[in-house]
Amino acid sequence: MSAHDEILEPRPQGAIARFRAFREKQPHLFLLVLMMLVAFFMMDPRTWVVLTISGLAMGAMVFLMASGMTLTFGLMNVLNLAHGAFISLGAFAGATVLVHWLNASAGESSLLANLAAVVPALGFALAVAGVVGLLFERLVIRPVYGDHLKQILVTVGGSIILMEMIHVIWGPNEIPVPRPDALTGAFLVPESWPVIGGVALEKYRLIAVILGLAVYGMMTWVIEHTRTGILIRAGVEDQEMVEVHGYRIRLLFLGVFVAGSALAGLGGAMWAMYREIITAHMGDELMISVIVVIILGGLGSIKGCFYGAVLVGLINLYVGYLEPRLAAVATVGLMVGVLMWRPQGLIPVIKV
Amino acid sequence: MSDPILSLTGVRADIDQYHILHGVDLQVPKGELTVLLGRNGAGKSTTLRTIMGLTTVTGGQVRFQGEDITGQPTPRIARKGIAFVPENMGIFSLLTVRENMVLAAVSGPMDEQRLNWIFELFPPMKKFWNRPAGNLSGGQKQMLAIARAVIEPRELLLVDEPTKGLAPAIINDLADAFEQLKQQQVSILLVEQNFNFSRRLGQSVAVMNDGGVVYAGQMAELADNEELQQELLGLGLGAHQ
Repeated sequence: MSAHDEILEPRPQGAIARFRAFREKQPHLFLLVLMMLVAFFMMDPRTWVVLTISGLAMGAMVFLMASGMTLTFGLMNVLNLAHGAFISLGAFAGATVLVHWLNASAGESSLLANLAAVVPALGFALAVAGVVGLLFERLVIRPVYGDHLKQILVTVGGSIILMEMIHVIWGPNEIPVPRPDALTGAFLVPESWPVIGGVALEKYRLIAVILGLAVYGMMTWVIEHTRTGILIRAGVEDQEMVEVHGYRIRLLFLGVFVAGSALAGLGGAMWAMYREIITAHMGDELMISVIVVIILGGLGSIKGCFYGAVLVGLINLYVGYLEPRLAAVATVGLMVGVLMWRPQGLIPVIKV
Repeated sequence: MSDPILSLTGVRADIDQYHILHGVDLQVPKGELTVLLGRNGAGKSTTLRTIMGLTTVTGGQVRFQGEDITGQPTPRIARKGIAFVPENMGIFSLLTVRENMVLAAVSGPMDEQRLNWIFELFPPMKKFWNRPAGNLSGGQKQMLAIARAVIEPRELLLVDEPTKGLAPAIINDLADAFEQLKQQQVSILLVEQNFNFSRRLGQSVAVMNDGGVVYAGQMAELADNEELQQELLGLGLGAHQ
């Protein structure tokens, strides 16, 4: 859409004007480039590469978890504070399949056997979180559409129930999650490469980045180019007119909620393999990052959510390396800074 | 008068604690353009919204093609072939003109022939096809709103004040478009304040006051009877300008 706007406006003249235009029109890219550049000059280039890849990987996983919540809010105007429970649920569902499968094919270390364990694990996490999401929308969310206070109370309650259910099914203890052999270890960048030769890049992080990018690409494609996407964007703007055209907005809500919950589950399962240990309350801990990301990106915006997640991932890793004591402050500090600059978030979705 | 395509009998509707419609009786003849006139606050817009199922009916009956549609959900009413252009036009401003039209073509891909006819009717639609609809001017937005309503053949169009705030030249374009729709025997219920516009287009007319229909008849009758206009609308001075 922004491409069309540019046609109508005169091109900015001069380097400073062009820089200003870039800062105002592409605040997400501006911030990303700024952050990466500043970090680059503050550390060794090899460290920078490793941290950047790790930050992107964390960003990709947080994006998976946050994208559903931002859509739920943008389209349905529902604040679902139980979103974290779906992250935990996905993690436990994925871990169950993984442990079971890896025990069955113990000792197998070929890539194919490992993939055969990981893909069903992620698929199962997706499915379990999606199905529970379906029930959750029907039973918990549906009665409280349009009332934020009730939504907060009811979803916090729902979240407690879901997490206690995890305790009931999987027990109260932390569960270690073995990462399949093919996904452990690292790629070594060949020594002959300039500057970054010899850097070890963890395989799993690279895979997380690729998967995150793939999901982002797919979501963007669905939202930009399919009828469902047009309906979602239209619904964010004016639900009544969507109904006037003969579409049942409630079905659309349900679909988006299920998809969002399923993605949270997928993100949770990815996170489980990344951390290699899970607890029922991991979702709650991640919710802080998730909420920061969706506010930072602009509530309801997928693109904003993606860049917000990447920014949060990067600042976590950079600051964690430079000054570990400040790591916890950095995420929230980033959000506060961005909101002071752009109170609607990086890429606001305009509600008319 | 042939069988009405739409008939309201004793329809009552509330918005919050206010009674807006107190027993509306209204017939929309098939294949004709009916104008709904009345002062601000008479309940014209609420009548259209009630037909679409957007306000809750507390009494009476809405029948469309003989079928009782009172209290049915809005999407189902829309799928029966009723298109609604609200007063604020309801354009999705973040979507492009094309996407607005794709969304309006509920049953699938847009019909090429019909689309070309719309482009002829409203050339700006073709020109701004891939632009965000929010960038359109007021008149162009109204064109898009009507184009959306007719991208598929509908049984009945409900249009709320299409001329509001538009320049005379554009009002003329819109009138031409309605003339064409009339020739195609589309049934239309038009809420309008602009009496010259409604006199030009309307075949039948109903006048509302204070939540009820106080006059229903042929437009020709009302147009010739200045006394009646004066009484119903207080329009005596404006009618012949």
